[in-house]
Amino acid sequence: MEIIHSIFRFCDEVLSDPVWFYIITLILKLIVCLAVVIAFVPISVLIERRVASWIQDRVGPNRVGIPLSIFSRFGSKAAQPLANVLDYWGFPRDGRLARLFRYLRLDKDIRLWGVLQPMVDGLKLFLKEDFTPPFVRKAYFWVAPALVLAPPLITSTVIPFAGSVETRYGHLSMCVANLDIGPLWIFALAGLSVYGLALAGWASNSKYPFLSAVRSSAQLISYEISMGLSIIPLLMICSRLNLQDIVQYQADNGWMLLPLWGEGLTEQRWVLLVPVFISFIIFLTSVFAEANRLPFDMAECETDLVGGYHTEYSSMKFALFFMGEYAAMVVGSAIVITLFLGGWSIGFGLDGLIAAHWGPWWEILFGFVAFLLKLAFFTFFFVWVRWTLPRFRYDQVMKLGWLVFFELAVVNIFLTAGILYFFK
Amino acid sequence: MKTSTILSVPDAAEAWDRVSGSVDAQGETMMLNMGPSHPATHGVLRLHLEVDGEVIVACDPVIGHLHRGMEKIAENCHYNQFVAYTDRFDYLAPMSNNIAYACAVEKLLGWELPERGQAIRVLCSELSRISSYMLGVGVYAMDVGAMTVFLLCYEEKEKVHNFYEEICGARFTSSYTRIGGMTRDIPKGFEKKVLAFCDSCEKTIDEMESLLLKNKIWMDRLIGVGKLTREQVLANGLTGPNMRASGVKRDLRKTNPYLGYERYEFDVPVMEGGDCYDRFIIRAFEMRQSVRILRQVCGNMPGGPICVQNERGILPPKEAAMMGMEELIRQFMVTTMSVNAPVGQVYFAAENPKGELGFFIESQGGGTPNRLKMRSPSFSTLSVLPELLPGHLISDIPAILGSFDFVQGECDR
Repeated sequence: MEIIHSIFRFCDEVLSDPVWFYIITLILKLIVCLAVVIAFVPISVLIERRVASWIQDRVGPNRVGIPLSIFSRFGSKAAQPLANVLDYWGFPRDGRLARLFRYLRLDKDIRLWGVLQPMVDGLKLFLKEDFTPPFVRKAYFWVAPALVLAPPLITSTVIPFAGSVETRYGHLSMCVANLDIGPLWIFALAGLSVYGLALAGWASNSKYPFLSAVRSSAQLISYEISMGLSIIPLLMICSRLNLQDIVQYQADNGWMLLPLWGEGLTEQRWVLLVPVFISFIIFLTSVFAEANRLPFDMAECETDLVGGYHTEYSSMKFALFFMGEYAAMVVGSAIVITLFLGGWSIGFGLDGLIAAHWGPWWEILFGFVAFLLKLAFFTFFFVWVRWTLPRFRYDQVMKLGWLVFFELAVVNIFLTAGILYFFK
Repeated sequence: MKTSTILSVPDAAEAWDRVSGSVDAQGETMMLNMGPSHPATHGVLRLHLEVDGEVIVACDPVIGHLHRGMEKIAENCHYNQFVAYTDRFDYLAPMSNNIAYACAVEKLLGWELPERGQAIRVLCSELSRISSYMLGVGVYAMDVGAMTVFLLCYEEKEKVHNFYEEICGARFTSSYTRIGGMTRDIPKGFEKKVLAFCDSCEKTIDEMESLLLKNKIWMDRLIGVGKLTREQVLANGLTGPNMRASGVKRDLRKTNPYLGYERYEFDVPVMEGGDCYDRFIIRAFEMRQSVRILRQVCGNMPGGPICVQNERGILPPKEAAMMGMEELIRQFMVTTMSVNAPVGQVYFAAENPKGELGFFIESQGGGTPNRLKMRSPSFSTLSVLPELLPGHLISDIPAILGSFDFVQGECDR
């Protein structure tokens, strides 16, 4: 008892020190944040494959689960793995344990609706030969995949995944880096992902990756502009740049796209819905372009550029590109959710109610779940669009970015300013 | 130590032009080799492209990667033996090739099939037309990026392959026809299944059109791209839907009816634009017309024999061959020496899914042709590429190649 007590006291003392409190919570939040992003990559791959097969009237991957048959080291695969496992651990074959296992249908491979398919795909990529062609520029060739995966992971640190709470030791905001320049940080880092693609294409020293690198760098830079301009109206409405504050504002006063409670019921917010909707369309499309997803996958449209920038890559280097694309998609949709759909807030004023009745930690938990659900929905949306629409042509993508979205975003800023000034 | 590479100047004259500024360094072009193993070049077409950035300056299609010497093979095997090779021309519509070839030899022999035989051939060739167009349109959509359409269409194609299996036992390499008839009759109740297929096929065409026809991205990608004028089409000898999309109303089933096509009611759709979009629409229209023909064929399928009667080139019924001396001799002669063709020359062309597939046969008598020459539609289609591609972007290549719906097996023979 004395020991446990002293451990508690030690923890209390450590946490009372603001520096240690900051470091410990930061590490915990970092773990949660990266776990969400990294875990969402295989989840979105699975969603992609299952939804694609659903759209196309196929079965899709539905087999990979827990392959109990790998435990049966001896004999053929047809032999019941359960019996071998029981023998191995020395349990009787028709004992109580064996009957329980049979009752739970554990005497066969467990399929689990193919949930483990992405893991097995990853394993396959690990086991493949990592081939580096002789004609590539090796250093850049090796560094490029990391440069593709890193920016989305770093971007994810500024996104609040749950609300903030006042603890005994201090204020705790569920966001790894609660920066006052959140959106600017996002755009600064999103610009970096160009380097990965350009470097991969150039270092491959091959013509198709080269064309793809030229295309992708032009495309990403162009869409950065409309993306940045499109959220200015939003920042004007909220009049703050801290993402946690923006979400808190939406939780109190209605989501940007769903102003149904709090201040959201004013006439001004309803009129502002027009520019907000325009921003939403521009921003969402730009996220598609930034993540290199289909209608905008100019960099890797396999019908004319074979594999695009990753034509010469194999094994885990290819897998990093693959994960980078999905991570960009996940982080992109997280930003869309944060800015337009209330981030972690459940909405309809329920956040405050939960906090008031059940306590702030319940609000955090519910908010986190709401955030994950919204993320899953957006992943579905990305997949849905990909398997429905044909692909743009490269020059059309550039035209759309520069001649439509850029102009529209600029006009939208003035429209918002006008509404904010005249529509009190 | 290799010093030579450092000191060597690749082209002194060119380098001097650069230095003196008489050559625009921006105007450098790049050679890009597309194929023979590339996702856009259906099969083994190789395009030797010269590109200026993304714009194609020159294109040189290199064909022949799938050349098997079919025409020479035909000179060394008798007429019935060559049927199996015809499967491998346009391997997306093997039945149509079988029928076109058999009709060509029958024209040489002056034989006319009985009504039921003709109706079955019409049934088969329209089925294979639908299957070929379904794949063509589906792959076309996949090339432009709409993967889902491809799988929708492929399901209908699979159904046609199931029919092939019922008719002749093989799903792909059918070898269904023989000179003067078919290997076997269609199974009982086959018409009903085909009628059911007609309904599902029309539904799929509707679905496909609703996914693509008014899709803004699809229209942006295709309208005005790969535009072929009427003159270009006629000069390059394009046939089939590619020709009709450019405003030439010519369908061999209407102009020179064979196999009793004049008995069926169908329209020949013609488009005026001649671009990729029109080449897509016309295939959808023609599939509907094929469905219409199928309904008429299945609605009143005539009875009677399927093969030419009382001819020496036809296998006798198996029972008769087992029982009678004369029939046994005939079976032996037909199997080993095939038909006895008269001396002469004949050209027969059929309206195949890819265009006009023609066979020119020069016979010196006997069971083998002295010379057989094919007129393959895909070959003519590809001949227009050097003229058409310059000025387009690299991204347009999949769209243009997909819209032509060619098959390398037929082009290279």
